[in-house]
Amino acid sequence: MNRIIKFVILDILKNRIVLIYTLILAVLSWSIFSLEDNSTKGLLTLLNVILLIVPLVSVIFATIYQYNSAEFIELLLSQPIRRKKIWSGLFVGMTTSMILAFIIGAGIPLLIYAPAGIGLMMLGTGCLVSAIFIAIAFLSAVLTRDKAKGIGISIMLWLFFALLYDGLILFLMFQFSDYPIEKAMVGISALNPLSLARILILLRLDVSAMMGYTGAIFKDFFGTTTGLLISFSLLILWTILPYYFSLLRFKRMDL
Amino acid sequence: MKITTPLLILLHFSLFAGAKTIHVGDTYPVRRIQAAIRQAAAGDTVVVHGGIYREGNLVIDKSLVLLGMNHPVLDGQKKFEVVSIKADHVVFDGFTVQHSGYATLSDPCAIRVHHGNGITISNNILEDNFFGISIQFSKNCLIKNNRIRAYGTLEQEIGNGIHCWKSDSLQIIANNISGHRDGIYFEFVSHSVIWRNVASDNIRYGLHFMFSNDDAYMVNIFSRNGAGVAVMFSKGVKMFSNVFEENWGDSVYGLLLKEINDSYIQGNRFINNTSGIYMDGTNRITVEKNIFGGNGWGMKIQANCTDNTVTHNNFLGNTFDISTNGTLVLNTFNENYWDKYEGYDLDKNNIGDVPFHPLSIFSVIVESYPPAMLLFRSFMVTLLDKSEKIMPTLTPDNFVDNMPLMRAIDL
Repeated sequence: MNRIIKFVILDILKNRIVLIYTLILAVLSWSIFSLEDNSTKGLLTLLNVILLIVPLVSVIFATIYQYNSAEFIELLLSQPIRRKKIWSGLFVGMTTSMILAFIIGAGIPLLIYAPAGIGLMMLGTGCLVSAIFIAIAFLSAVLTRDKAKGIGISIMLWLFFALLYDGLILFLMFQFSDYPIEKAMVGISALNPLSLARILILLRLDVSAMMGYTGAIFKDFFGTTTGLLISFSLLILWTILPYYFSLLRFKRMDL
Repeated sequence: MKITTPLLILLHFSLFAGAKTIHVGDTYPVRRIQAAIRQAAAGDTVVVHGGIYREGNLVIDKSLVLLGMNHPVLDGQKKFEVVSIKADHVVFDGFTVQHSGYATLSDPCAIRVHHGNGITISNNILEDNFFGISIQFSKNCLIKNNRIRAYGTLEQEIGNGIHCWKSDSLQIIANNISGHRDGIYFEFVSHSVIWRNVASDNIRYGLHFMFSNDDAYMVNIFSRNGAGVAVMFSKGVKMFSNVFEENWGDSVYGLLLKEINDSYIQGNRFINNTSGIYMDGTNRITVEKNIFGGNGWGMKIQANCTDNTVTHNNFLGNTFDISTNGTLVLNTFNENYWDKYEGYDLDKNNIGDVPFHPLSIFSVIVESYPPAMLLFRSFMVTLLDKSEKIMPTLTPDNFVDNMPLMRAIDL
């Protein structure tokens, strides 16, 4: 398994797309932090990067990589290696290299320029978001053998989580505004990894505003140590579940 | 010679007046302060030396100067009002007053002034009292350099630090107040000044101001108070160069203005509050040259405010600069610096060529559906905000700064 991970990591790190991804992240984060005298604006741009670009690149790149390495996987399967080992090797290798790209690209300027609390939180959520969307990509790649369809599913899922979900919540909120929906909203938001990541960062970034209304509900849930642990466990669960389902399917798949 | 002449004159006066000094302490013939006051005549000085004095309620009913040496401790044993000043021209300086009683009807204080004129209360340390200093029906009093600390946890179980009622021409200078219900409380107090005080970590308001006209407060620091600072039902209030910071929570405001008319807010800093200023029913107020930084809401202006002018302020790094609850706008917002402004300045006159709409649609939404805050900074909301900025449909389009500044003002 270790050898598979090593091979995948080396293969991806040599990949031009990942190099460009790292470079773009780096240029973007260094420039926004050094151009803006007020670091809040830079953080806002990076927040959008973490919530939109990181998941998009992760999900599409991972899906395409999966399809492209179909032959490599077939080759591995002809060897006496368990399918679980191959799949987890691929997943760990790909996640490690994407997280590495994120840390090198965006993590270093974040740690240098952003206040410690926000910086670490953004770094943590960024890494988890990468992992989550790679897991989602693995799932969509095993759902269909058609490459175009697989990429389509990935993009649709990204679209849903990154853009549509919040719109849906906003709509629901307007519809049910007469009812005490605060707790329900916390619950529904926690179901989307990107909303969860956004709220976690928001609690650090807009702390003054979040302390306002939210005193009772959000802060009690997300702001406490238990809330933080729950949120991060949920994010980790979001990595494990899609991966687990993709593994189940991969094990039974007829290649 | 210049210095000694007035001293000599003073000395002469005191000689002619026959004023004497009575020492109180373990090593002196007089051991109790009350006894010394009984012996003294108006104009005398009572010097109290270090030690602990448990004399129940100490009544000062003559015009005396009471000086504490090495902060003698007056202990109310949690039963009594410690010091009651019932004469004019009393100086009470350099004591430690602690453990006043607790009663909800008589409100025992560490130091109470009743119907006094020209009272000076200075350089005292007040520890763990129900009310700190209470001034009632008094004039020309000076409250200076006192450190007032209590350890209240519940609003109804602790009194105010400096409580002023129906008084005139007070000077509250350089006091440090924490842990009380309201740091400084003003009701029916006029022509007074509150200067260079620090009110922090009080349970309710740092400064609470009711029906008090023509007062000024300047260069004070109000931080981490339960509900910030409230100024209500007053007119002609001047607020200069104060700092309002880290007042956090729902319905907690850096500065709450309710029914305030013809007042002036200048040069203050509102830093990291949930809401910097909350204005409700205020008229003809000028808000200028203030800094609003890192607040959840810079200003919340209710639609019932009229003829207020907000000009030459810096809005920096607030989550929302301004919010309101209606569509009626009867106030002007010109020539402020907004860090969210994205316009351009072709003629380089430091005034942006495109008007700025400081009201974001999302702040209006949050005003009516507070849970929406959970969606803040999501793509949908940002999209909504951007489109609203370009074409205001839901927010009042006359809520506008027609001359937004390109650079922050040096304040």
